[in-house]
Amino acid sequence: MRPFILQGHSRPLNQVKYNREGDLLVTCGKDKTVNLWWTEDGQRAGTFNGHTGAVWTSDISYDSTRLITGGADSAVILWDMNTGEEQHHFRFQEPCRAVKFSVGEAFAAVSSDPFMQAVSAVRILPIAADPAEQGEEAVQTLRGPRGRIARVEWTDQNRTLITASEDGFVRRWDVETGKELAAEHVHEKNIQDLQMSVDGTHFITASVDCSSKLVDTQTLAVLKTYQSNVPVNSAALSPVYDHVILGGGQDASQVTTTSSRAGRFESRFFHKVFQEEFGNVRGHFGPINAVSFSPDGTGFASGGEEGYVRLHKFDADYFTTKFF
Amino acid sequence: MSLALKPDEEKMFEGQPQGFPFGDFDLEDVMLPEVVDGVPKVSQEKYQKLTSILTKILSGPGHIRENGLWHPVDEATGLSKGCVFVEYETPDQARAAQAALHGYALDKAHKFSATLYDEAERLAAVPDEYVAPEPRDAPPPENQWSWLSDRRGRDQFVARFGDETEIYWNDVAKQQPEDVYKRSTWTELFVLWTPRGSALATLHRQGVALWGGDSFGRLMRFSHQLVQRVAFSADERYAYTFSEVPPAGPRDPLRFLLIVWDVRSGRKLRVFEGPQAEFAVGAAARPDGGLAWDAFRWSGGAAPGAPSFLAHLKKGGVAVYESPDFGLVDRKSVKLDSVQSIEWSPAGPVLAAYQVEEGNMPARIMLMRFPKKEELRAKNLHSVAGVQLSWHPQGDFLAVAVEKWTKSHKSTNTHFELFSLRERDTPIDMLELPNKAEKIHELVWEPRGVRFAILHGDGSRLSVSIYSMRDGKLPGARGVAHLHTLVNKQASSLHWSPAGRFLVLAGTKQTQNGLMEFWDTEDMSLLSAGEHYMATEVQWDPTGRYLTTVVNAQNSTDNGYYIWSFAGQLLYKVERNRFYQFQWRPRPPTLLLAEKQKAILKNLKHYSKKYDEEDEAILMQADTEFLAAREKQMEEWREWQATKAEWAAEQAEAKKALLGDRLRDGDFTVQLAEVTVVLEVKEEAVKL
Repeated sequence: MRPFILQGHSRPLNQVKYNREGDLLVTCGKDKTVNLWWTEDGQRAGTFNGHTGAVWTSDISYDSTRLITGGADSAVILWDMNTGEEQHHFRFQEPCRAVKFSVGEAFAAVSSDPFMQAVSAVRILPIAADPAEQGEEAVQTLRGPRGRIARVEWTDQNRTLITASEDGFVRRWDVETGKELAAEHVHEKNIQDLQMSVDGTHFITASVDCSSKLVDTQTLAVLKTYQSNVPVNSAALSPVYDHVILGGGQDASQVTTTSSRAGRFESRFFHKVFQEEFGNVRGHFGPINAVSFSPDGTGFASGGEEGYVRLHKFDADYFTTKFF
Repeated sequence: MSLALKPDEEKMFEGQPQGFPFGDFDLEDVMLPEVVDGVPKVSQEKYQKLTSILTKILSGPGHIRENGLWHPVDEATGLSKGCVFVEYETPDQARAAQAALHGYALDKAHKFSATLYDEAERLAAVPDEYVAPEPRDAPPPENQWSWLSDRRGRDQFVARFGDETEIYWNDVAKQQPEDVYKRSTWTELFVLWTPRGSALATLHRQGVALWGGDSFGRLMRFSHQLVQRVAFSADERYAYTFSEVPPAGPRDPLRFLLIVWDVRSGRKLRVFEGPQAEFAVGAAARPDGGLAWDAFRWSGGAAPGAPSFLAHLKKGGVAVYESPDFGLVDRKSVKLDSVQSIEWSPAGPVLAAYQVEEGNMPARIMLMRFPKKEELRAKNLHSVAGVQLSWHPQGDFLAVAVEKWTKSHKSTNTHFELFSLRERDTPIDMLELPNKAEKIHELVWEPRGVRFAILHGDGSRLSVSIYSMRDGKLPGARGVAHLHTLVNKQASSLHWSPAGRFLVLAGTKQTQNGLMEFWDTEDMSLLSAGEHYMATEVQWDPTGRYLTTVVNAQNSTDNGYYIWSFAGQLLYKVERNRFYQFQWRPRPPTLLLAEKQKAILKNLKHYSKKYDEEDEAILMQADTEFLAAREKQMEEWREWQATKAEWAAEQAEAKKALLGDRLRDGDFTVQLAEVTVVLEVKEEAVKL
């Protein structure tokens, strides 16, 4: 089926995210805006205005009532998803690249970039059920990893955090003590994305070293490697099949000299276990910065450097064809 | 200069006498010390005097380093030992001193014997009694042709990417290359198969090495510092290595060094060197006045035992050298005024030369057979702007594209002069394309045939015309017949299959997207059209069964190669980052007699059936292996998942507890559904 092309951003996309039911899509971009879309028809439901810099990341609450976003303006904002109004505006000193609600949304993990003298860190913010009672203070701060933290994920019953960093390391942290439990050098270059499997036992990383890896959550051991020939900016796991999507493309600074085909701006489909590419979807004319599977596995969204989001529904033969 | 310490040299440091000025020296100093023997043995009283005399004599040929003289005394007798150790400031001085002082007579009774220290070390190690070395059997040489007897008749190729150089079989039945040999950083420049494929040459800073046999062991090396090129004679018996020598000073001209080698013995046969400008004549000159590559040309494939020739242009002529000693043929070069370019016939010692028009002298195309310097044919031409010589791969024909000025001298027209070398007196036919003013890009002869294809036209879309050297009317009679013209093609080069008949039109320019068209010229049918995006190179395998298209490191992405069948079916793809080089291993000319070849062609069906069966069996086996490997991977994955099941269940429980009544059912599950699609229902009356 022809994808919906969502034209709501004037600058590159940073992240695209479905809500749990898959009827809503949140996209955030370098143009300081966060957009909310209906996935059914590709109509825009609304825009969250409030950030004064690029919006790097977002997370949606389990029941799709609240949204948390983090941006280059050092702000982390809690939103009411129904009204689009700010519930709380955290002002920090450092840009934020990664936000994630804990299971149950009692807390949010918020990363901060190394900036001026500050080292990179992850703050654990308690999130009040009633926005009026929301405080500013973090209950815990994890410090130490070098380089920007691109993604943070809660795991093991909210007891540990997984972070992915610019230095190619994936680290595991104890939330209670703030101590680093383990670190694995997974990629040669910086990691751009990390997405959890549905059951939380493994996750997928995307790196500009032109590869994507499947990693065991508990041991941080690399299970599988998906090799591309261009930098990978984002990778997603199908919630229903053994399929993964890699989104990326030749670096935006190098593509002016080549045609869009040479840049390999494709969403590439790999088999999760056999590590073989079995298909790709073209359409973007800039590197793909973000990919995401819809929660029911019937479609996916991709956001490109050129500012477009492409929302795909799989054709029937995706489900009927036996690729392997 | 840095010297690597060899094990023997390391021993030098052991048991060094105290006080010997070896305190702090760098590796280079190992070269410096010198031993002078034959010095008188004197007592304590005369010691000082002798030392000062020696210092005087030894300082003559070079500067002695501070504390660089040691005149040892035997403590038991109190006499000096009769030798001195001298250390000079540079290795050169030490060598000069050794030459000057060896044999120097101090007086009638004492004659110096001077030895470089490392030499002395070696001499000291020589045993006093001669022991005859055990005769050893030379290891039997490895068979360099074993790859030809591959039971399945596959071909090999070499691929170079990143720091790797790898040799593979082209295994089409398995649709993937099969490893033969691989090695990291095998070469510092590039690799090259010898013309008959017996060995692979690798270029290094120190020279060229040849590798071959099943194990790819080193067969030979040719020492040539900073070598840049290597070229082999057609019979692989001789080779030359070439390097540019950078000028020593700003006024010094750019020089070159070329060494001709005997490949089997590794012997230097001849050295050419000098300022490049002296050899940069006509087409051999680069725009900057330097020597263009390939200024020295080996003659084409010779009969076994026949000599090889090496030719280069010089002012007013061509110098042709003959193996094995590489002296000039008849001890003089061939006089050819204002000669511009030369081409050897690929099949034998026939040289085609083009002399440029000058004053009243017309331009001239001349064919000469060596070693007798017999002129086969010559043709004079007027108002010539340029000439391109194209030999038939078997040397049967020579096509000369002649670009001539029009009367106004503003534009040019092109026509072709076609020499038939297999006929008496070498007749010449002339061919003009319908549109003379069109640009001619390429003329390519069909190997083992009488046809040729011309790529012509202006603009981005070109035409391909195919002609035959056989007149269609009279069977076997000579004449130029137009066969076919294809128009409006996105092609920048033409590639005939080495076996003839099949022609590939390749669009390898940036804007042409790597479009490949596979044509059967027998009935002029398009077999297939394919694309290798951004392909930069096209190569047929030596048998004409497969074609490779390559995207090399000129492009930053999509590096790798595709293997196609002769009919344009894409067989397999290999992606490799930083891909530099692909070369099929050439095959020597077949030893099969013509009748035998004909017989095989006649019974081809019988053979192909057998081979098809073999291929099928291999494919089946590969399939089974492949599926088994997949099944194993899947099994391992399921096992891994099973080990995590308990942990995952805990997580799910915890999630339930944390979310409480907010938890919704309807997290998604997979349901298998069977879908039947009826594509078509057809009713047909069938006669029973």
